[in-house]
Amino acid sequence: MELVTPGLGLIVWTSLFFLIVLFLLRKFAWKVILDSVDARNKSIEEALKAAERARAEMAQLKNENEALLQQARAEREKMLRDAKATADRLISEAQEKATAEAQRIIKQAQETIQNEKNAALTEVKNQIAALALELAEKVLRNKLNDRSAQEELVKAYMKDLKVN
Amino acid sequence: MCKTLRNLLIASCLIAYTSTVFAKGEHQDTDAFSPKDMILHHIGDAYDWHFFDYKKSDGTVVHVSLPLPVILITEGHVDVFLSSEFHHGEQQVVRGDRVYRLEHGHIREANGKKVIDLSFTKNVASMFVACIILVSIFISVAKAYEKRPGQAPSGLQAFIEPIVLFVRDDVIIPNIGEKKYKTYLPYLMTLFFFIWVNNLLGLIPTGANASGNIAFTLTLAAFTAIITNVSGNKDYWKHIFAMPGVPKLMLIIMIPVELIGILTKPFALMIRLFANITAGHIVILCLVSFIFIFKNALLGLPVGFVVVAITFLELFVAALQAYIFTLLSALFIGLAVEEHEHHHEAAHH
Repeated sequence: MELVTPGLGLIVWTSLFFLIVLFLLRKFAWKVILDSVDARNKSIEEALKAAERARAEMAQLKNENEALLQQARAEREKMLRDAKATADRLISEAQEKATAEAQRIIKQAQETIQNEKNAALTEVKNQIAALALELAEKVLRNKLNDRSAQEELVKAYMKDLKVN
Repeated sequence: MCKTLRNLLIASCLIAYTSTVFAKGEHQDTDAFSPKDMILHHIGDAYDWHFFDYKKSDGTVVHVSLPLPVILITEGHVDVFLSSEFHHGEQQVVRGDRVYRLEHGHIREANGKKVIDLSFTKNVASMFVACIILVSIFISVAKAYEKRPGQAPSGLQAFIEPIVLFVRDDVIIPNIGEKKYKTYLPYLMTLFFFIWVNNLLGLIPTGANASGNIAFTLTLAAFTAIITNVSGNKDYWKHIFAMPGVPKLMLIIMIPVELIGILTKPFALMIRLFANITAGHIVILCLVSFIFIFKNALLGLPVGFVVVAITFLELFVAALQAYIFTLLSALFIGLAVEEHEHHHEAAHH
């Protein structure tokens, strides 16, 4: 019977000890432990969510970058094409211009040459004419020193005139 | 004689299959090994913490034990002295006109005065150790949380955390509900660890049997009963005094049944913990007794194996019983504070 008869002393001590432990742990342990665990769980959850968000953002950024890169590439292509076209155009224009200029210079040169030639020819003719006159004068002077020769000449001219 | 018979009866109920051994032990001379005395001595309380005895060469027996303070209140006088003053029952202690004798492990006043015994016994000492362990563990763990906020638990913290979370998330919240559990959490959490640590200390050889003592389990069951009935809401009392859906005439039967139910719930808690822990101790002690009954050291080998196996079982039971006590306490409190949507008869078994 002793085994199943509760002793007053042990009841008192058990109550005392249990209440002291309850008081101490309630004040210093349970709240701190469980609040910390909850706070940590919350922060972990938030960190995971943030990581998920960051990953999504990263993916989006990557997509954007990809698009941007694509766009840049296209733009470069276009710019290159444009530049090439411009260069071609410039070259062809320059060529055309050069050709025209050359043509013009050649033409001008030809004209000048013609003019010079004409001028030279005119001068030669004049000089020849002058020389011929001078010679003719000298010849005539020698030949027409006497009267008969002069008359003969006039007669000859006269004859030519009749023919004309 | 009556007392011996009663002891025998209870012991034989608790240790049915070894009862024949006890009977034999009873009739042998006092020097012979008596398993019953040994077992009852080990599972009972004592005024000193006894470790072992040895015989000196001149034949005198030396008891190696830690004396504990004896606190007695007799007719308004408080007498405090160390249990060693009894010299293991060989001497009486005189304080004023009060003469104390240690008879069969109990202190009696020689003149028949009524003694209130509040001694710091072996069980109290064991409980005291448990309290120191509990408080130091949990306060150091709480400090660890404060010191390293938001970081993963380490060391003792990592061991304690899953258990604390298990008790909260799988024992307390499902039974009491998210809304109200916070009020009862400190009590139930402390209850679980208090019982568990005391159970474990009881398993240490030469340790006490504090949590297998009926006074210990009675006290804790009483706490649960008080909390349950104090926090019982209108629905709880309505189910006791005016069970809905029951004809008025039936209430004459139902009210006493429900009132008894208030007592049977903590009573079951008290008996369950007491019987489980004490039975575990008895089984181990019985097995060890075989060695001495048959006076055969070789028997120590198989008995050792079985005792180790049973001790592992008891380690499990120590946690299991703490869990069950806490679970049922949470359940009873939960039933008392539950807001009933639809009425049903609560089970009390």
